[in-house]
Amino acid sequence: MSPLIETIHAVGLLTCFALLATSRIGACIRWLSFQGILFGMVPLIVHDDGLTARAMLLAGGNIALKGIVFPWLLLGLRARADFNREVQPFVSFVMSILCGILILALSVWLTQEMKPALAKAPFVMLDSSIFLIFIGLFLMISRRNALMQVIGFLVLENGIFVFGVITVVGTPLLVELGVLLDAFVGVFVMGIAIYHITREFGSMDVDRLTELRG
Amino acid sequence: MLEFTAAILLLAFGGMLAIVLYPRAGLCQLAGQTGAVLGSASGLVAALHVLVTGDAISLSSIWHMPGGSLQLEIDALSAFFLLPVFGLSIVTGLYGRSYFAGHRDIASAASWFHLNMLTATMALVIAARDGLLFLLAWETMALSPFFLVIFDDRKAAVRHAAWTYLVAAHLGTAFLLVLFVLLGTIAASSDFAAYGAALKDHQALRSSVFLLALIGFGVKAGIVPAHVWLPEAHPVAPSHASALMSGAMIKVGIYGLVRVLTLLGTPEPWWGWLLIGVGASSGVLGVLFALAQHDLKRLLAYHSVENIGIILLGIGIGVLGLAKGMPLLAVIGFASGFLHVLNHSIFKGLLFLGAGAVGRAAHSLELEELGGLLKRMPWTGTFFLIGAAAIVGLPPLNGFVSEFLLLYAGFLAVLQPAAAVAVAGLIVIVILGLIGGLAAACFAKAFGIVFLGSPRSAEASEAREVARPMRASMAVLALLCIAIGLGAPLAVASLAGVVAQVTGATVATASAQLAIVTRPLALAVSVFVFLIAVAALAWALRARRLAVASVRRGPVWGCGYLFPSPKMQYTASSFAQPLTTQFHLLIQNREAFVPPQGYFPAASSYASDSGDPALHLLFVPTFRWFDRVVTRLNVIQHGHIHVYILYVAATLIALLIWESL
Amino acid sequence: MPAPGSLVLPLCALILAPLLLGIVNRTKAVIAGRHGPPLLQPYWDIAKSLRRGAVYGEVTTWLLRLGPVGGLAALAAALLVMPFGGVGAPVSFSGDIIVLVGLLALGRFATVLAALDTGSSFEGMGASREVHFSALAEPALLLALATLARVTGSFALTPVYQAVAIGAWADALPTFALVGMTLLVILLVENTRIPVDDPTTHLELTMIHEVMVLDHSGPDFGLIQYAAALKVWILGALLAGLVVPVRSGSVWLDGAAMLVGMVLLAGVIGMIESAMARYRLVHVPQFIVGAATLSAVAFIIRLV
Repeated sequence: MSPLIETIHAVGLLTCFALLATSRIGACIRWLSFQGILFGMVPLIVHDDGLTARAMLLAGGNIALKGIVFPWLLLGLRARADFNREVQPFVSFVMSILCGILILALSVWLTQEMKPALAKAPFVMLDSSIFLIFIGLFLMISRRNALMQVIGFLVLENGIFVFGVITVVGTPLLVELGVLLDAFVGVFVMGIAIYHITREFGSMDVDRLTELRG
Repeated sequence: MLEFTAAILLLAFGGMLAIVLYPRAGLCQLAGQTGAVLGSASGLVAALHVLVTGDAISLSSIWHMPGGSLQLEIDALSAFFLLPVFGLSIVTGLYGRSYFAGHRDIASAASWFHLNMLTATMALVIAARDGLLFLLAWETMALSPFFLVIFDDRKAAVRHAAWTYLVAAHLGTAFLLVLFVLLGTIAASSDFAAYGAALKDHQALRSSVFLLALIGFGVKAGIVPAHVWLPEAHPVAPSHASALMSGAMIKVGIYGLVRVLTLLGTPEPWWGWLLIGVGASSGVLGVLFALAQHDLKRLLAYHSVENIGIILLGIGIGVLGLAKGMPLLAVIGFASGFLHVLNHSIFKGLLFLGAGAVGRAAHSLELEELGGLLKRMPWTGTFFLIGAAAIVGLPPLNGFVSEFLLLYAGFLAVLQPAAAVAVAGLIVIVILGLIGGLAAACFAKAFGIVFLGSPRSAEASEAREVARPMRASMAVLALLCIAIGLGAPLAVASLAGVVAQVTGATVATASAQLAIVTRPLALAVSVFVFLIAVAALAWALRARRLAVASVRRGPVWGCGYLFPSPKMQYTASSFAQPLTTQFHLLIQNREAFVPPQGYFPAASSYASDSGDPALHLLFVPTFRWFDRVVTRLNVIQHGHIHVYILYVAATLIALLIWESL
Repeated sequence: MPAPGSLVLPLCALILAPLLLGIVNRTKAVIAGRHGPPLLQPYWDIAKSLRRGAVYGEVTTWLLRLGPVGGLAALAAALLVMPFGGVGAPVSFSGDIIVLVGLLALGRFATVLAALDTGSSFEGMGASREVHFSALAEPALLLALATLARVTGSFALTPVYQAVAIGAWADALPTFALVGMTLLVILLVENTRIPVDDPTTHLELTMIHEVMVLDHSGPDFGLIQYAAALKVWILGALLAGLVVPVRSGSVWLDGAAMLVGMVLLAGVIGMIESAMARYRLVHVPQFIVGAATLSAVAFIIRLV
C-alpha cells in the first residue's frame, strides 16, 4: 500500500501549492474538490485492516461532502456574487509559494519531533496533515475574499480529518462523524455570513468588517 | 433510590410534555402540574424513608464523562434538605395551574418545564456525591431560574434583573469551580469521600476550602453583600417560582456549605465567629433593607436574606460548639439552623404564594396602591397573616420554635465560663432580638398596609378572592406552620439524625442532647395551649357581653374631618419612616421631601426610595473600574479577521514548537 | 403540670394588677397637690368599660376584635412563667425567658395590627412609633436578662430570681444595679409612661399607646385597660424581683416583701412621671439604647 500512500501524499502537497498560486476563485474551488476526494480515500488505505464498514463510511462521507457538496455550495455562492472573481491576496502569489515551502519545512520538522508519540501509522501522512492545517490557516490569513476564507477553512478541516484518521485508533465513530458535522455546520454558517456581507458592503472583502467596530 | 430516580424522570418528562402540548393550554398546564406533583411526591417519599429508617440509600453507576462518576447518595443531611425542595414543589405545582389559568402563550408552558427542571436539578445537587456531577447539576440549577425570571421579557427592568441574577450566579460558581479543582488536585479523584480523606492529610488547606465554600455557596444563599441578585430576581419571576427559589434554592447554598463542613472535620473557632458575623450582618441588613421597600415581593426577597442570616447564626454557633468541644451547644446550634431551613421554606413559600394571589387579584404589588384586602380576600389574608406571624417568630407558630432553639443555644453559650463563647452567645441573643423587633415592624407594615384599612386604588377595591387550588396550597403551608409550632417537641426530636451526621456524634447521643431541649419546648407548648384557651375564653365572654349590649357601626375617628378618604391612611413609607431614618446610615435610602409651606399649604409630598447599598457602593463601582481597565485592551480588537486568524495560527505554531523542544 | 398551689401567684397577679395603676395615679395626684382618684379607680373603670356597648368602625374586620383578646391572652400566659421574687412561677423551664419575650411580642403585634385595621392615620402613627421603640427595647430586655442569667448561672426565670439574694447583691452590686436601671427604663418604654409617652394626654400627635386604642370601645377597651395593668405588673415584677433581695425560703414572707416592693415601685413610677417631662420622640431611641448599654457594661464587667 505504501506507493499509493506516497502518491497521495505527493499529489496532496501539490494541490496545496496550487491553491496558494491560483488567482481565480473557480479554479481554487475545483482544486479543493480534487483535494477532498484525494484525501477522502485515506481511511480506506491507511490502516492494515483494510476495507471495514467504518472506513468505507468515513471515506464515503468525506468524499461526498468535501469533494461534491461543499464545492457545489461554494460555486453557488460565487455565482450569486458576480463580481470580484479574483482571489485578492494580502500576500502576493510568489511570496505565498515561498511561505508554502517554509511551512512544509516546519511541518516536516514537527513531524520528526512528534514521531515517538505515534504507535503505528505511516508518518508521511502526518507530514501532510500538519501541512494542510497550516496551509489552511495561511489561506485564511492572507486572502481578502470571503470565499477564500471558507476554502481555507475546508483545507484546515481536511488536515484535521487526516490527522484524526491516522493517529487516533479506537475512538467511537461518533467523534469522527462529529468532525464532519462540524465542517458542514461551519460552511453553512459561513455561507449565510457571506450572503450578509455581500448584501451589506457590496463586496466580499472581509476587511470591510472593521467598519462595524463599535 | 428507585423513587428518587422516578422523581427526577417524572419532573423532566412532565416539563417536556408541557412544552410539547403547548397549543392545548389546558392539557399543557395539566401535564406540567402532574409532573411536578407526582415527581415531587415520589422524591418526598424517598427522603422521608431515609429520615425515618436512618439508612442512607445510594446509587453509583458508570458515566461516560471523563473525570467524573455517577455517584448519588441520600443520607440524613441530603434527605433533610430534600424535604423543602420536594415539599414546596408539590405546593407550587398545585398553585401554578390556577396562577396561569387563561395564559396560552409558550412562556407559561416553558415556565412549567423550567420549574420542574429547577426542582430536579436541585434534588440532583443535594444527592450528588461526585465533584463533576455536583458542578454540572449546580450549573443547570443556576440556569433554570434565569428563564423563570425573564418570564416577562418585554420589560427592560425584568431583563436587567435576569442578567444580574445570571452574573451573580456565575460569580459564585467561579468560586465553587476553584474549590472543586483544589479538592480534586489534592484528592486525585472526584468522589466526596476521597475529598474528606484528602483534607485530613492537608491541614493547611482547610481554611482556604472553607472560605471558598463560604463565598461560593454564600452567593447562592444570599449573604450580604452578595445578596444583590435576590431582590432583583425574585420579584419579577412568577410567584410560585419565586416561592420555590426563595424557599428551596437558596437553601441548596446552605446545604453545600454544611456538606463542605462535614468534609472538613473539626472546625477552627474563627470559622464559627466568621459565620456568626456574616449571619448577624445579613440578618440585620436584610431586615433593614426590607423595611425601606414598598414592593411586596421585593420586601419578601430581602426577608429571605434576613432569614439566611438567622440560619447562619445557628450554624455558626454550632460550628463554634464543635470547635470548642461543647457537644450540647453544637447540637442545639445546628438543630436551630436546620429547623429554620425547613420553617423558612414553609412560611416564605406561603408568603410568596400569598403575594402572588394579591398580585393576581389587585393587579399590583405596590404597597401604596393596595389596602383593605382582608375584607375582599379573607382566606388569602388569613393565610398571609399566619405566614407573617410565623416569620416574625411569634408563638405558637413554627418560627418561634427555631428562634427558641437559637436563643437557647445563645443562652447556653452565655453561661459558659469562656469569655469568647459567652460574647458570641450574647451577640446571637441581642442580634436575634433586634432582628425580631425589626421583622415585626416590617411585617406589621406589609400586612397592615396591604390587607387592612381601606383600598388605596380602584383595582384594590375590586379585588376578588383567588381560585380554590391557590387557596388550598396556601392552606397546606399555613397548617404546617401551626403544626410544627404546636408539635415543637416532636419536630425537634426528629432532627436527631441530621444533627448527628453533621456533628459527628451518634444518633443516640444527639437524641439525648436534643431531649434536653425538648422538655422545655413541651412546657412552652403547654403555655401556648393555655394562651389559646384564655383567648378563646375571653372571646366567648366578650361575645356574650356584646350580645346583650348595643353594637353599632360608625366611621373611625378622623379628628372631626368631614370627608375622610383612603389617601388619608398611613402609607407604607410613613409607617417605616422612623426606623428608616434611624438606620439611614445602613439603608442609604433617598428621600424626596417637599414640605408644606405657608399657613394654608396647597400640596406637599414625600417619597422614599431604596436602591440596594451593596449594589451601589460595592459592585457598581467595582464593575465600572474593571470596565475602564479592560477597555484599554480594546486596542487588540481592531476588526481585521485576518489578523485574528494570524493570532490563532501563531499561538498554535508556538505551542507546537514549545512542546517539541 | 404545675402544682395547684403555685397557681395562687398568677391569680394574685390577675387580681392585684390594676391596683398598681391606681397607686401610680394617686402618687401623681398627691405630688401635684390634689387628692386624686381612689386607689381602686382602675377597677371601676374596667368594669364600666366592660358594661358598655361597642362602636366599631366600618372599615374594621375581625382583627380589631381579636387584638385586645390576643393581647390579654398573651400577657395572661406570660403570668404562667413569671416568678414573684422568691416565689416560684407555676411553670419553669430553661428558656422561659425566651417564651416571655415572645409572648410580649405577640401581644404587641396583636395590638399593632388591630390599630392598623382602623385605616386611620392616627392609629398608623401610634403603631409606627410603637414598633420603632419596641424594636429597640426587645434586644435591651434580652440583654438585661442575659446578664442576669450569666451572673446567676441559669436561664430559667424562677432559678434566676431565686438566686438574687442579699449575698448575690453583695457579690455583684454594680452588675445588678446597672441591670436594674435597664429594667426600669424598659418598664417605662413598654408601658408607655413618661418620659416616653404620656398616658394622660389625648393629643394624637404625641401619643403612642393611647392613640393605638383610640377606636376601641366597650368590652374591648376594658380588656385593653386590663392588659395594660397586667403588663405593668409583669415588667414591674421583673424589676422588683431584682431590687428586693428578700429570699427567706418562706413563700408568705417573700410574697409579702415583693408586694411591698411592687407598691413602692408604683410610687416610684408616679414620682418619675411627676418630676420629668416627656422626651422629644427623636430622643427616645437614644434613651433606650443608653439603657441597653448599661446592661452591656454590666455583662462585660462579669465577663472576666
